[in-house]
Amino acid sequence: MTDDQAQVRIPRQPPLSWRIVLRVSLAGMQRRMMRSVVTVTCVVLALAFLAYMLVLADITQALVELNDSKLNILLSERGVDIFAATQMDAMTLLLIGLALLTCTVGVANSMLMSVTERVREIGTLKCLGAQDRFIIQSYLVESTLQGLFGAAVGVLLGCAVAVAASSATYPGYVLSSFPTAVVLRSLLASMAVGLFIAVAASIWPAAAAARRRPVDALRVEE
Amino acid sequence: MHTHNPTQTIEPQAERDIVIRALNVKRHYGSGEAVTKALDGVTLTVYRGEYLSIMGPSGSGKSTLFNMIGGIDTPTSGMVFIDEIDVARLDAFEMAWMRCNKIGYIFQSYNILPTLTALENVTLPMRFAGLSPDEAREKGAEILRAVGLGDRLFHRPYELSGGQQQRVAVARAMANDPVIILADEPTANLDVDTGSEIIELLCDLKRDRGLTVISATHDMKMLNVSDRILWIRDGRVQRLEERRNLDIKIGTVASREAGKKAVAR
Repeated sequence: MTDDQAQVRIPRQPPLSWRIVLRVSLAGMQRRMMRSVVTVTCVVLALAFLAYMLVLADITQALVELNDSKLNILLSERGVDIFAATQMDAMTLLLIGLALLTCTVGVANSMLMSVTERVREIGTLKCLGAQDRFIIQSYLVESTLQGLFGAAVGVLLGCAVAVAASSATYPGYVLSSFPTAVVLRSLLASMAVGLFIAVAASIWPAAAAARRRPVDALRVEE
Repeated sequence: MHTHNPTQTIEPQAERDIVIRALNVKRHYGSGEAVTKALDGVTLTVYRGEYLSIMGPSGSGKSTLFNMIGGIDTPTSGMVFIDEIDVARLDAFEMAWMRCNKIGYIFQSYNILPTLTALENVTLPMRFAGLSPDEAREKGAEILRAVGLGDRLFHRPYELSGGQQQRVAVARAMANDPVIILADEPTANLDVDTGSEIIELLCDLKRDRGLTVISATHDMKMLNVSDRILWIRDGRVQRLEERRNLDIKIGTVASREAGKKAVAR
């Protein structure tokens, strides 16, 4: 048999609709609910911290810009540098960076364990004709959904805590001069960071899953 | 690329059509001093529409051979042709296509995808093959009815008994009208009666659709319905026998033991 013959007999597989990828991802998450919860919690905590820090800085900056004499005394008592251009110092950035790094490692770890747990399922999918691309897509969809959900919850949580805390510290000033536009921008930026982390952390696990072989479907022990 | 034709006629068996050819297949694990020869030169021809059972103790190379002729592993040396396609020449995409369209797999532990319904399990390989959701649903329901699960379409695996799950697996294996059904100890996790039902189902499919069934098994009832039985030992073919030349007796429990002895001889 020649190469030409082989080419004729085997057509390219048409691209799969995202609907079927989504269905398989959702099924995977449903099956391993606890693991999904762990992954999402990881994102929620890190993103709540990030959003809290950003929103607090935004609010403080807005209060500094009010230049109210009574408020300035309050601010100084809290150790705020009212002459600084921004309320983000190097230490804060370092803390945020560490929190996000921990989150990335946590998500990657959780996803890698999910690959190990699902070796037989992945092998079965491959026996049914799934291509590597399908496995990668379903893992990325899974982490995107988890990232979106975790980031949304975390960002709202962090924002709420920041508003509550600053309202308690500077009573009467926060809501009247709330920097809505700036805070919204911070929240959107946090969402983007959360989503990026969730997807970036699952690239390696997704590739590891796609490398599993169909023979793995025949494993009996689990 | 893929059309389903329920009235497809089965080609006459006058001329024995070859569906799998394995030529001097070797599969070695490791290298140098520590090499393990799981398969050490097996040559085998499987004909279209036959029921071949593969026997052998664990570690005999039975599973390895099974994987080779099922397109889920590639030989170290030698050649495997599945439906005249040289497996060694296929890239990853083409292998996926072949597993999807040419071969149906049935596993010992069912491997039904959890949280998907019976129908979704059966339609998944159809979607891989490029069928539209509607076509797949219709055809999936039809196949599930054919295996006797017409009233279980939307049940999930945990709502089904072992036998029903294995029926879903058989329906899933049939999804893309494969040429070959590969069954790895399909009755090992089932009780005697449910196991018999699955064997009956496989025999019906073989007869009605002209399928080739290859199964690794220790089940006497499966050997009894086989056309040929292959014994593998130490990575080589020990014996290959037509069913009619063997004295396998089953039916009552008492004579099953006699049957075992006859085969083990």
